Amino acid sequence: METGIAISFWILAAVTIASALAVVLFRNIFHAALFLVLCFFTIAGIFVILSADFLAAAQVLIYVGAIAVLIIFAIMLTRETQRGSPSGRLRLPALMVGLLFLATMVFIVVSTDWQVITEIPDQPTTSAIAQALFSGEEGFVLPFEIAAALLLAAIIGAIVLVRER
Amino acid sequence: MLENFGYIGIFLIAALGFAISTITLPILLRRFHIVPKKPNPVKSSTYECGMDTVGKSRVQFNFRYYFYALLFVVFDIQVVFLYPWAVALGELKLFGFLEMLAFFSILIVGFLYAWRKGVLEWK
Repeated sequence: METGIAISFWILAAVTIASALAVVLFRNIFHAALFLVLCFFTIAGIFVILSADFLAAAQVLIYVGAIAVLIIFAIMLTRETQRGSPSGRLRLPALMVGLLFLATMVFIVVSTDWQVITEIPDQPTTSAIAQALFSGEEGFVLPFEIAAALLLAAIIGAIVLVRER
Repeated sequence: MLENFGYIGIFLIAALGFAISTITLPILLRRFHIVPKKPNPVKSSTYECGMDTVGKSRVQFNFRYYFYALLFVVFDIQVVFLYPWAVALGELKLFGFLEMLAFFSILIVGFLYAWRKGVLEWK
């Protein structure tokens, strides 16, 4: 069991990093978008390993579903995608900033004194999240309905902005 | 819980193995001279029984498809709420049901607006 999790983690981590690099390095922007989808998907796999099954489902629904569709639509609707992503003058500074960010993250991960709980987490988490979100006494009913109003504003705003007169 | 996801992993590995083997098998069979190679122009054309395509396959799509993408994204976010709700509906009882009904009756206004404005149809 433990070794199985370790093996699947390393496979997923390797595929995530490889696909993330492919997103940046591929010239064909459509291929880059497809690798981005693969990257999102393997991150969902990592969430599964962390016993965050609802987060994994949300990752697949929103990132693999919605965000990927939006990006691919944007590519399909754009005219000059054949040229791919031309390399700009900011390549070297971008690399420097990226490395700096990586160094900071590694430093934080290594130097932080991580608290490990001995308690076994809730499994599956989806039902517990639903109870916390929707239950009448201590749930978040009003924010949930306000989220609906926010989404409504998003729909109408998008239609008003995109519609041709 | 994790074991159930393990089955998905096994399915993924099987699917990947199938895809890789169907791609590599013909190449290997060709390499070891098990299958003969007698090409002719008709056989090696892209569509053996059909017309060759004209122009590039990458074209700029109609802008109106973007409405469908936008509405799909909103619906996708609704599904994220719908999924835990559906899992726990047994315990949430009538209150949870009415909650989701209110959620949807707010959002349906947006879809009715899209419908009334005719963004889902084109001439």
